[in-house]
Amino acid sequence: MTRLYEYEGRSLFREYGIAVPDFETADDVDGTLRAAERVGFPALIKAQVLVGSRGKAGGVVLVGGRVEAQKAASAMFSSRIRGEPVSKIMISHYVDVEQELYLSLALDRSTASPVFLASPLGGVDIEETAKTNPKAIVRQSVDLTAGFTASQGRDMARKLSLLDEVHSTFAQVCGGLYSLMTNYDADLVEINPLALTPDHRLVALDAKVILNDEALYRHPEFRDRESRLTSDSELEKLAHDKGVRLVDLGGDIGIIGNGAGLTMATMDLVKISGGSPADFLDIGGGASAEQFERCLSVLLDYPRVKLILINVFGGITRCDDIAAGIRQALSEHTVRKPVLVRLVGTNEARGREIVDSIRDAEIEYFASADEAAERAAQLAREKP
Amino acid sequence: MTVLVDAETRVVVQGITGKQGSFHTKLMKDYGTNVVAGVSPGKGGREVWGVPVYDSAKEAIRAHNANASILYVPAPFALEPSLEAIDAGVKLLVIITEGIPPLDTMRIITAARSKGARVVGPNCPGIISPGLSKVGIMPAEAFSRGTIGIMSRSGTLTYEIAWDMTKAGMGQSTVAGLGGDPVMGTNFSDVLTLMRQDPGTTGVVIIGEIGGDDEERCARFIADTSFDKPAIAYVAGRSAPREKRMGHAGAIISGGFGDYSTKVAAFSDVGVRVAERPSDVARLAKSLFR
Repeated sequence: MTRLYEYEGRSLFREYGIAVPDFETADDVDGTLRAAERVGFPALIKAQVLVGSRGKAGGVVLVGGRVEAQKAASAMFSSRIRGEPVSKIMISHYVDVEQELYLSLALDRSTASPVFLASPLGGVDIEETAKTNPKAIVRQSVDLTAGFTASQGRDMARKLSLLDEVHSTFAQVCGGLYSLMTNYDADLVEINPLALTPDHRLVALDAKVILNDEALYRHPEFRDRESRLTSDSELEKLAHDKGVRLVDLGGDIGIIGNGAGLTMATMDLVKISGGSPADFLDIGGGASAEQFERCLSVLLDYPRVKLILINVFGGITRCDDIAAGIRQALSEHTVRKPVLVRLVGTNEARGREIVDSIRDAEIEYFASADEAAERAAQLAREKP
Repeated sequence: MTVLVDAETRVVVQGITGKQGSFHTKLMKDYGTNVVAGVSPGKGGREVWGVPVYDSAKEAIRAHNANASILYVPAPFALEPSLEAIDAGVKLLVIITEGIPPLDTMRIITAARSKGARVVGPNCPGIISPGLSKVGIMPAEAFSRGTIGIMSRSGTLTYEIAWDMTKAGMGQSTVAGLGGDPVMGTNFSDVLTLMRQDPGTTGVVIIGEIGGDDEERCARFIADTSFDKPAIAYVAGRSAPREKRMGHAGAIISGGFGDYSTKVAAFSDVGVRVAERPSDVARLAKSLFR
């Protein structure tokens, strides 16, 4: 999930023929004032942050003139919106609104196609509308082979009971979103609200664009986002710095597995046994000894983790590679923590031999995951 | 009898000269899979483990009358060869590749639908009908011939549970690894549709996990079709915190994200026994599948 800032989304909207209010961005208070002069008052000062519901958290302020703009900008630059510092502000021309609509294009896993969701009730969360007023949502799937057609867009406009004269514009906005999604590999493009102005134009007042991480290689301009980690967890940050992806679960039993399903199952077994998982760390398929060593090191280094449970069913992943990674990590660490190992599958015997050869370590070998999890929970209880 | 693959399955390997493709071609052949040809653009005319290599999927599939293809091509290059195989008329396309952008997967599935072909995966271990054919990367030792059908969204957890079943003397008719991606070519209900009609399958095991709603759909399918074979489910992720994402599931809509309790309730409601631990599956199966 690579979420773009609103100003980036707006620029893309413009590129794809979707009308947006005049806007500029600024990195400090002086810049904000200069930009506001150019955009003109009244204007909206909008914090460029990635957290949701920023409006409610003071991240959007309507200003009527210079003094108000200065006040709003200095407050915003020195504040955090739901924990996120503000380093950029958008100054957006204020637009009169007759009606607020909702329009988004997302990927629908059940039909394997992009799907438009539109509603005459804009400005509110679509999930809220889905609950309270599901009939107000218009859905339109798009066949990826045939592509989006303007008549589909006009059809949606009709179902939304929009004025006849904006049907074509609405279809253009839909077409713009579709092209944007398919060209940028977006998981979601959302306009909430899409404003109908008194002079009957459709203007996107917000721009939410989420790109798919797997496809970022096609969009090098956004690649740096991959390394951006928004997390409060010290353990997750530490892991991230070492190129290891894990999820902090707050407990004291470190968990490493191969495959998301097996790793989750391991976590579940620890919990059933009365233990508390420290993390979810899936090494994926075919991890090398070196990669595994890095994963284990993160957990060995982190004080809250009392012991580590490794559960690997070798397929593409080879047990001897995992064992070599364990040996390497343990030889480089002076910290001593119990390491419980359950290794079965490809090259199991060789893996076991390597594990047995490790000296000066509290290492235990298990044939079953249930027993390993029970033992982990017991050790965690005993260790202060 | 089995579903999806059997001794008649004539397999083409796309990406056969790559490290993974070549390694698993050998293992599939050793298992007895009918691997008829391979594809690697620019390397036509060679052989890999005795399998003739072609420049294009079209040539390979036509020349050997192949009805299935397994794809190991890296994610950035997976779309074109997938479409090519579907276009050349394979009925089954197993995509092992991990990390294919979901829009590409959707393009592949859409094309397959229009040609009456089935996609399994992506990001999956493939399919095995033990003793007959293995179109995938799973360690063969974990499986044995029998009458239990297994379907799963997780690779290694499938090996784990199948291995338990094998040790307990309960072999499998077909084991289908459907993949962990948010967009899947074949889902649980699709496999159940096949296993329902397969006289060689007497009971089914469903290995699910949190995220998405495929388990809930599967439960609904069982109720709607009065599915009459005994079924056991295991769902991974009961201890996962709600707000965090564990690997697999992506940012994709479809009625919210199913959590552990909704999935377990969905299965229990339609008479599917839910195993608490992976190891409980084989234990339950012993009493239920007799």
